[in-house]
Amino acid sequence: MSEHAIRARINGKDVECTVQARTPLATMLRDNLGLYGTKVSCGIQVCGACTVLVDGLPVSSCTYLAVDVDGRVVTTIEGAAPDRQSSSVVQQAFIDCGAIQCGYCTPGYVLAVTALLEENPTPSDDEARHFLDGNICRCTGYGHIMDAVRRAATIRGSEQ
Amino acid sequence: MSLFQSVGRSVTKVDSFDKAHGRAGYVADLPWPGVWNGAVVRAQRAHAMIRAIDVSAALAHPGVHAVVTGADLSDLFPYFGHYRADHPILAIDRVRYWGEPVAVVVADTPQQAQDAAFLVEVDYEDLAAMMDPEAATADGAVLIHPEHLHDTATFGAGAFWRPGAADTNEAFTTELGWGDVDAAMASAAHVQTTQVRYPMLYPYPMESYAAQARFVSGTLEVESNTQHPFQVRRDLARIFSLGLSRVRVTSMTIGGGYGAKSYSKIEPLAAACSHVVGAPVRIALSLEESMYTSRADGAQVRVTTGFDSDGSILARDITVLLDTGAYTDNSVRVLRKSLECCFGPYRVPALRARGRAIYTNTTPASSYRGFGAFHTNPASEANLDIAADRLGLDPLEIRLRNLAKFGESIIPDTRPVDSDLASDLTTAHDALSIEPRPSKLQGMGFGVALSPEGADPTSIAIVRLLVDGTAVLLLGSAEMGQGSRTIMAQIIAEELGLDHTDVAFAPVDTQLVGFQWTTGASRTTSVVGLSVQRACHDIRRQLVEMAAEVAEQSVKEWSWSGGKVLGPDGTELRAAEVIAQWFGSDRGEVVGVGRTQKRGDLDQSPVLWEVGVAGVVVSVDAQTGQVELDQLVTVADVGKALNPLNVEGQDLGAAMQALGGALFEEIIYDGPQMANSDLVEYRVPRITDLPQRVSSVLVERADGPGPYGAKPVGEGAMTAIGGAVLAAVARAIGRWPDRLPLTPEYVWDLMNSGEEVDS
Repeated sequence: MSEHAIRARINGKDVECTVQARTPLATMLRDNLGLYGTKVSCGIQVCGACTVLVDGLPVSSCTYLAVDVDGRVVTTIEGAAPDRQSSSVVQQAFIDCGAIQCGYCTPGYVLAVTALLEENPTPSDDEARHFLDGNICRCTGYGHIMDAVRRAATIRGSEQ
Repeated sequence: MSLFQSVGRSVTKVDSFDKAHGRAGYVADLPWPGVWNGAVVRAQRAHAMIRAIDVSAALAHPGVHAVVTGADLSDLFPYFGHYRADHPILAIDRVRYWGEPVAVVVADTPQQAQDAAFLVEVDYEDLAAMMDPEAATADGAVLIHPEHLHDTATFGAGAFWRPGAADTNEAFTTELGWGDVDAAMASAAHVQTTQVRYPMLYPYPMESYAAQARFVSGTLEVESNTQHPFQVRRDLARIFSLGLSRVRVTSMTIGGGYGAKSYSKIEPLAAACSHVVGAPVRIALSLEESMYTSRADGAQVRVTTGFDSDGSILARDITVLLDTGAYTDNSVRVLRKSLECCFGPYRVPALRARGRAIYTNTTPASSYRGFGAFHTNPASEANLDIAADRLGLDPLEIRLRNLAKFGESIIPDTRPVDSDLASDLTTAHDALSIEPRPSKLQGMGFGVALSPEGADPTSIAIVRLLVDGTAVLLLGSAEMGQGSRTIMAQIIAEELGLDHTDVAFAPVDTQLVGFQWTTGASRTTSVVGLSVQRACHDIRRQLVEMAAEVAEQSVKEWSWSGGKVLGPDGTELRAAEVIAQWFGSDRGEVVGVGRTQKRGDLDQSPVLWEVGVAGVVVSVDAQTGQVELDQLVTVADVGKALNPLNVEGQDLGAAMQALGGALFEEIIYDGPQMANSDLVEYRVPRITDLPQRVSSVLVERADGPGPYGAKPVGEGAMTAIGGAVLAAVARAIGRWPDRLPLTPEYVWDLMNSGEEVDS
C-alpha cells in the first residue's frame, strides 16, 4: 500500500502526516492526529456524523480520502470555537436549545450548520432541513436541532 | 413561585459543553496506550458446522500477534447471557447466524487486523438455515440449539417464563390471563380479530459497539459503552471464574443506547482476547458489524376481542410470536413484557395472552426502547379502531369507554394505574387537525399505551458532600444522552441547597460506584433518583448529628431546613461550616448513601407505569404510496418534569425514533444474509421527516412514585406511535395494513388491492 506525505492546514495549524492512499480523512484525524472529536458512524457517507469542513465546505470524512486534503484547509470540531473555553455561536445555540443528547452526531451537526449559515445566513426552515438532510440524529427527533439552527441564525445575524 | 429551587427548571445539561466541542470521551476515542486491536472474522453462513479454521495466512500478516478462535477459550466458561447462557463468545463448532464472530485477529493497528481478518479461511459444513419462525417451527426443522445446555435458575420454578418444548426451535414461552375468555367471547355482540406484524429493527445508536479489556494485577478491567456495567460484570465474572471484586467494568460516555447497549455485547469478546493474547485488546465495530451483534425482535401479534354492543371490551385473546434470532439475550423479558402490554391500558374482564419466542438463524434480538409495548400496540389499537368502525363508534369514544381509570389495576394484583389516561388521550385527540393538502390522501390516528417499567428497582447512590460545599455523585447509571447526570445534579442541588453545577460525577466504574441494576426501563429519574434523594437525606441527617455533637446538645434540638442546619437558638449553619466544625478546617467530608429495592413504596409490580399517548396526521401520495407526517402530537404524562426541556427532547426523540419502525425501518433477510446491513438500505428518520406541526404536551400531576411525583419518561411516545400511524394511513387509504413499516411499495400495493384488508 503506497504511503503519501501530505501537508494541510488543520484548525489553523500546518500539519504534516503520512498516510496510505486508502486512508480516510476521519482515520487520519483520529488515529494519526488524535483529533477524536470527529465521529464515525455509518462509514458510507450517509449519516453526517463525520462531517468536517474542507476549504469551508462540509465533507464526510469517513469516505473522503486523507490524501485529498493535501494543500487544503480543514476545520474539525476542535477548531470550531474561537478558543478552548468558549463556544462558537452554533455550538452555544446547540447547548442552549437542548439540541444535544448523546452528542455523537453533534460535532458533525455543528460543522454542517456552520457551513449552512456561511452559505445562507438566513435560511428558511425548508432550506435548513434540505441542507441538513445528510446529518442524522437518533436522539432528539430533530425538533431542538431546528430550534438551534434558528437561534444560531438569529444571533449570528445580530452580531454582524 | 415554584416550590423548588432546582428541579423543574430547564437548566443546561451538564455535559453539553464537552459534547458540543467533541471532548465527551466515548470509549473508541480513548484507546489505552499500546493497546492491541482486534478485528472480528464473521460467519459467512447462516447455519453451519465449522470443520476447520485456517489462520496461517492471517498470522503471517504484518503486525498480527494472534488469531483467537473458540478453541482457545477452553479454559473459560465460554458463554454469556443473563437469562440463558446460550451465547458463545466465539463460535464453538457451529455458527448460528450470518455475521456471528468466528475468530478475532489481534494486531498492532486496526487496519492490520482488518486486512488480516480477510485471510482467515473457515471450512464450513452447511446446515439448513431456519430464517424465520415459520421455517424454524415446520416439521423437520433443523434444531438451532440441539441441546439447551445452560438453562439457569431463571427458568426454574416460579418464573413467569418456561423453556420451549424439547427438540424444537421454540426458545421460551409465557402466558398471562384471567377470567373465562371462551364464555365472554360466546356472549359478545361483536368479535374482532386483527393481526399486525412488527418488523425486526436495529435501534441504531450512532456510536457502534466498542470495548477494550486488560488484566491488571489479577483484575479484569473492561471499558465499553455498555448501559449495564454491573450486568456485564456478572457475565465476565462467570466467564473467568473471578470474584466480582476482580472485575472492573467502566461505562464511558455512550453515543446512544436505546436498549441496544444493554447487557453484554462485545465485552466478553474483548476480554477473552486479552486473556488469550496476554495484552490489552480493543475491539471497535463498524455499523454493519453492530447490526450483526444485536437487533430488536420481530413480532407477529394477533388480537381477538369480544365487545358488547356499546363497545365495552368483554375479553381479549392475544398471541405474540417473536422472531428472537440465534440467541436468547433479553428477549425473555421482551416476550413477557409484550404480554403485559398487548391488551393496552384497558379494563379487560377476561384475558388470554400467549407468547412464544422462536430461535432463527438471524442476528440475536434483545432490548429496544419500549420493547413489548411498541411491538404489540399497533395490533391492539388497530383492533379497537376497526371494531369501532363496525360498531358505529367514534375511535375516541371506544377508548374512553374502556380505558382504565386512575387507581384501577389493569392486571390483577399489580400497581394501579397512576394516570388520568382519558384526559391525556383527549388532550392529544383535541390537538389534532387535518390541514388539507392538494392531491394527498389524508388521515388521522391516535392511541395510547401503558407499559410496565422500572425493571428491578435496586439502586445504590453515594453522594460525597465535600468540605467546600460542593458534591460528587458516585452512581452506576450510564449517561447515554438521556440527561441523567443533569437530572441527578438537580436533585442533589435541590436536596442539599447547592447549585447543580457544583455537582461532579465519578466515572461509572463498578469498583467505584454502588451497585446499579441497569440503565434502562425508564428507571433512572424515577427510581435511581429516589436513591440519590435518599443519599442526600442521609447527608442531612449526619450534618444535623454533627452540628448537635459540636454544640453538645441533643440531636432533637437541631434540624435541617431551607438548605441549612438549624440550631435551637436560631443558629444557622451551612453544610460546609458543619463539616469544618466537626473535622477541623479544610478536611473531612460527609458521605451519604441511599438505596432502593423492591420494598416499601416500590414493592408493588411494576415499579413504574409509563404512559404513551400520541396522535398523527398523515398525507399519502396517491400516485406513489409515500407517507408523510403532517402533524405529530405527543402527551408526556410524567408526573413532574424535573427538566422540562429535557423531557420534551426525550418525548419527541422517542416519537421520531418510533416513526422509523412505522414508516421506513425493517431488517430484511431475503436469504441467509441480512440484506440491508447499512444505512443506505436501512433507512432511519431524517430531519426532513420532521413534520411542520409538532407539539409535545407536558402533563404534570405529581402522581408518580418517583422523586417529587415523577414518572418515567423517554419510552412513552415510542410505544404509541406505531398504532397511531397505522390507523392514520388506514383512514387515508381505506385499507387496514397488517404489517409495518408502511413503505411506499406496501402502501401502494394496499391502495391498489381489490379488497379491504382488516384482519
